[in-house]
Amino acid sequence: MRGGQGKPLLSVRDFKVEYRTGAGATVQAVRGVDLDLYPGESLALVGESGCGKTTFGLGLLRLLPRLGHASGKVMFNRGDGTEIDVLGLDGRDLRHFRWRDAAMVFQGAMNAFNPVLKIRAHMHDTMRAHTKATRQEIEERAGELLRLVRLEPERVMDCYPHELSGGMRQRVLIAMSLLLDPEVLILDEPTTALDILTQRSIVDVLHEVRERLGFSMIFISHDLSLAAELADRVATMYAGRLVETGGVRDLFYRPRHPYTLGLIKAVPPIVGDLPDLESIPGGPPSLAALPKGCTFSPRCKFVTDECKEAEPPLIPITDEEGSAHDVACIHSKDVHLDRSVPNEKLGTAS
Amino acid sequence: MSALEEAPVAETRTPLMTLDGVSQVFDTKAGPIRAVDGINLSVNPGEVLCLVGESGSGKTTAARMAAGLARPTSGRVAFDGTDIWSMKRNDFGAFRRSVQYVHQDPYASLNPTRTIQQTITAPLLKHGVVKGSKAAAEKAVELLTKVDLTPAENFLPKYPHQLSGGQRQRVAVARALTLDPKLIIADESTSMLDVSIRISVLAMLGRLRDDLGVGFLFITHDLAIAKYFGWNGKTAVMYLGRIVEFGPTPKIINAPTHPYTRALIDAIPEPDPDLTKTKGRETLRSLEIPSLAHLPGGCSFHPRCPQFEDGLCDGVVPELVEVRSGQSAACHVVARDGAGEVRPDEPVA
Repeated sequence: MRGGQGKPLLSVRDFKVEYRTGAGATVQAVRGVDLDLYPGESLALVGESGCGKTTFGLGLLRLLPRLGHASGKVMFNRGDGTEIDVLGLDGRDLRHFRWRDAAMVFQGAMNAFNPVLKIRAHMHDTMRAHTKATRQEIEERAGELLRLVRLEPERVMDCYPHELSGGMRQRVLIAMSLLLDPEVLILDEPTTALDILTQRSIVDVLHEVRERLGFSMIFISHDLSLAAELADRVATMYAGRLVETGGVRDLFYRPRHPYTLGLIKAVPPIVGDLPDLESIPGGPPSLAALPKGCTFSPRCKFVTDECKEAEPPLIPITDEEGSAHDVACIHSKDVHLDRSVPNEKLGTAS
Repeated sequence: MSALEEAPVAETRTPLMTLDGVSQVFDTKAGPIRAVDGINLSVNPGEVLCLVGESGSGKTTAARMAAGLARPTSGRVAFDGTDIWSMKRNDFGAFRRSVQYVHQDPYASLNPTRTIQQTITAPLLKHGVVKGSKAAAEKAVELLTKVDLTPAENFLPKYPHQLSGGQRQRVAVARALTLDPKLIIADESTSMLDVSIRISVLAMLGRLRDDLGVGFLFITHDLAIAKYFGWNGKTAVMYLGRIVEFGPTPKIINAPTHPYTRALIDAIPEPDPDLTKTKGRETLRSLEIPSLAHLPGGCSFHPRCPQFEDGLCDGVVPELVEVRSGQSAACHVVARDGAGEVRPDEPVA
């Protein structure tokens, strides 16, 4: 039922990330995540800011800042059957893992480029650092990928990053991340801060490129609508842990964790009349002072005394509708999304 | 009753704020940039006018002119029927107090070295709304309660860095309320907030509109937010400095006529996997927004428009004309063919 087929490409177990915050103190930003990513799958990681989504993505690629420390087990399964322990890699092997096996597209494309290098130099540097490709081969590969993301290589290759619009930069970054044909692409808020039509073009490009090249992706987003569109499977993250994972339809139509339910009910749809929206009271807890028991309990409307005793584990559930997914909530049976069908006439709107 | 019938009809009272043929031209090395090009807008007391468009469409420039922060190159900005740029000093001061601005970034718009109490009471004391620091503190408590920061006494001694983004934005709104404004200009005021709290801030603003009768010029790039906040008001869609479609919000969202508005609405993903994957979408002819320094001739949307007709669209700039009752669009094709067939997702009146 876990969406994919065969062996997982990326298998994450009890993954934790700690940041040192000075004077021997640490803060756990990711607190034990178990996750499998299957070949060809698109997984969305959703949640509010400060839930540990970006830290999780950086941790997977070993890109954490110096004060961050990742532990647990991350196994990457190369197509030829070799298994790699990502957290144990160093030197050449780590460089091989990054870009060739897994690549990342960062939020805020401007910061991901060197402002004094042209796009051509970025492409060549990346390829030369990881392969023995000739100039000619690099030009061809870069041109092919730029065309794939609907850019004209002749125009873009000789530009400096600042000469491109935000949407173009983001597409160049996607093309660059695919230069070495990675199996896994991690995208951190790939469309945030872009205009609607530009965002649409990025989404369409991602659909197309994934269909052509067949990589798996994990994309991190606070935008649930984007997850609904791009993901096969969705994982909701709260206070450094996954609280619900499941197929995109299961999660959106039958969320069983109060947090996922709250997120869905807070997003205004564009089509149809005005539905009742609700926000989640309060904000995510400070990671340095987590509430006892279920970390969501102070904001949860299903809360009982029992919730404050222990943090519920992520366990598989099946309900009468045949929906199966994993939820970390002792009241998941009571959580139901009562959604009015979009397009349906609601009579009065107020 | 359907949503479309509920749209407010034209009122006869004096609008609170009118922009009449207002333009803003910036001189740059690349030549003059027409950031806003002859727009007409009006906001009635207690009404919401949403201004939507992509970045660079001139939304913020229009808002700055409405707030009296920038002087239009041409055209007239009137408050309560009086041209603000011919007002006497005292009247201009009164206008400035009546129109308050809530910025996008609550991390930048609050002074980090002032406590919330200092931030809120400064305008109260400066403009003589209350006398003495005790009365000012009481008024501050009242204002913080209005924006749902309760218990207000706990927030008074705090500094902005001790608050969350949503709480900060509420403080910014409370500060805007200190001088009893008649119009609040909210420029992308919720776009930096997390989805989970955005709705509660919008609901709070909606309550101020209903309880205090404050008018809103609500600027956003997010049509879903415009829909939620401005459902009973009107929406103007801007593209490259001009208004391309205007009408009651439910009509703009559910029955858009201008190809640009349609493209925007189609482009937005829905929080519903089946719906968002089956939503019909027309392909634009070009992804790139033309530069304001080199606007295409005729309709400035024509290089991207899926309904482009050679000879019709690239000649003259289309006028904003009524294409359906209460709804106007600036499009040669729509003006010629009428507002067109009812879209499948359009509620039938």
